[in-house]
Amino acid sequence: MAKRDRLSGNEAVAVAMRQINPDVVAAFPITPSTEVPQYFASFVADGKVDTEFIPVESEHSAMSACIGAQAAGARTITATSANGLALMWEMLYIAASSRLPVTLAAVNRALSGPININNDHSDTMGARDSGWIQLYGENNQEAYDNLIQAVKIGEHPDVMLPVMDCYDGFITSHAVENIELLEDDEVKAFVGEYNPDFYLNDRENPISVGPLDSVSHYFEHKRLQAEAMKNAKKVILEVAAEFEKLTGRKYGLFEEYMMEDAEIAIVVINSTAGTAKEVVKSLRAKGVKAGLIKIRVYRPFPVDEIVKALKKVKALAVLDKCDSFNAAGGPLFTDVTSALYGRADGIKVINYIYGLGGRDVKTDDIEKVYERLADIAKTGSVGEIYNYFGVRE
Amino acid sequence: MAIVFQKPKALSDVPLHYCPGCTHGIVHRLVAEVIDELGIEGSTIGVAPVGCAVFAYNYFNCDMQEAAHGRAPAVATGIKRANPENIVFTYQGDGDLAAIGTAETVHAAARGENITIIFINNAIYGMTGGQMAPTTLVGQVTQTSPYGRKVEAQGYPIRMSEMLSTLEGPSYIKRCSVDSIKNINDTKRAIKKAFQNQIDKKGFSLVEVLSTCPTNWGLSPVEALDWLRENMIPHYPLGTYKDIDAEQKA
Repeated sequence: MAKRDRLSGNEAVAVAMRQINPDVVAAFPITPSTEVPQYFASFVADGKVDTEFIPVESEHSAMSACIGAQAAGARTITATSANGLALMWEMLYIAASSRLPVTLAAVNRALSGPININNDHSDTMGARDSGWIQLYGENNQEAYDNLIQAVKIGEHPDVMLPVMDCYDGFITSHAVENIELLEDDEVKAFVGEYNPDFYLNDRENPISVGPLDSVSHYFEHKRLQAEAMKNAKKVILEVAAEFEKLTGRKYGLFEEYMMEDAEIAIVVINSTAGTAKEVVKSLRAKGVKAGLIKIRVYRPFPVDEIVKALKKVKALAVLDKCDSFNAAGGPLFTDVTSALYGRADGIKVINYIYGLGGRDVKTDDIEKVYERLADIAKTGSVGEIYNYFGVRE
Repeated sequence: MAIVFQKPKALSDVPLHYCPGCTHGIVHRLVAEVIDELGIEGSTIGVAPVGCAVFAYNYFNCDMQEAAHGRAPAVATGIKRANPENIVFTYQGDGDLAAIGTAETVHAAARGENITIIFINNAIYGMTGGQMAPTTLVGQVTQTSPYGRKVEAQGYPIRMSEMLSTLEGPSYIKRCSVDSIKNINDTKRAIKKAFQNQIDKKGFSLVEVLSTCPTNWGLSPVEALDWLRENMIPHYPLGTYKDIDAEQKA
């Protein structure tokens, strides 16, 4: 039986963690993710979970402790943001390559510098090649649902990769919204027991984790890692189907909003999708064939599926809440355009960088993007591809 | 009207963002008075931490550089090595200096870098809202130790001054407190010596200042000072842990 409640995104994720009852949580506080381990520490102190909670001295140690715990056969969860994620960088790659399905609540915050505590996606976007599965969520419900699914996805024998549950700092992490929670036993039954094939101190099967992997085998191991990421797409959809049976909430690789006959569309990630859907609704009321795609699964990137969803669109804008500093466009733009290349040529695609460091995103801003797309669709003239909105120039 | 009291020149004329009763303001003032008295304002460069003192660059009237969390001693090392004529100080809390940045602290001390470190120890992570720090006392209630720090689960509080004083690198390590007029005056003398040492090229100097956090301790400012005296000082005894001047005299 689902329970309705009102929770902030961080509180919802902490509740999901309590319901999952992981073996180990190691964390270091950083705004805006601090509340996740903080709420969880109270569950530990009150005996509501059996978790070993380790308040380590840095994120570098937090992820190292998670790696050690997961290698020892423990289900492990942590949370961080921005510079905390950056300090974990070295270990992110090691968790992924050691095939340790650690789960991380990644509360999106602008990465220093300059130092800033507000939301954009420069932290997790920078980790897009670390070998972690990345799920993104628009609101508290999706942050909660994605965390529960993340555990099951990462631990699947065909995957065995760590997973980030990414959601927007403050906008999602701190705003209180209505939410539907599962019963504790439903979550426990859904995620099941963590029983990895290999773990430290299994006396029948002695192993070493993370030994030197030289010229003779390194490449093959990276190739297997790449294959695991390909496998993840199917597993993510299977887990979503099972989750839908339990909750009635449908998850895919991305959400298509009014895309069926859309002539102009935007691709966007996380909470801005909520703002943009309002714009799509009002444009539809005026007869404009506008649509929206909200990416849920960014790693692995749903190349074939996104091409299928976009191929009838005349003009497309990709919105990046993060800049790549490649003098060409943001990371999501690069992925979307490279997916389209050779598969759906002829679609006019532009890129907007927006909302850096928590700059507010208004419906007016997004309306202007659609106006420009309508003009491009009409005239066929694209103009500048790499654009910004909401910034003083 | 005659001015009988004013801000030190090395302190900018802006309101501090610190909570009522927090002792950061006192320590900021002491550092600024020392900079004024030593006449080093023009050549001093400060390094700001991450934590409650993150906005220190707004308050000290000298050039300041913001370091990533815990990295201030390494950044200060770079500034000082690039220009040894500058007087370089860091101002760091216990989350910055004794948790995430422990390695930088220990190794700057071990190398005997000729810098000055002001270390604020209030036994809690203030900026993020009162979580357990390595310096949190056994039994102390924080957001991540809601029934008090337990040795079996979270170990013992770390005594940085004692630990660093075992190294040959540092020239001066002293723990002070700002809970009383007498102790505030002692703290100022220690900070002055820590800067003078740098001017005299004596090497690494660190002043640990026991401070209050009324907001996250859940106490009034006056109660917080009592709590510091009754709980922190017994675990973190005040005193000089290393002084090469005294060693040379002895």
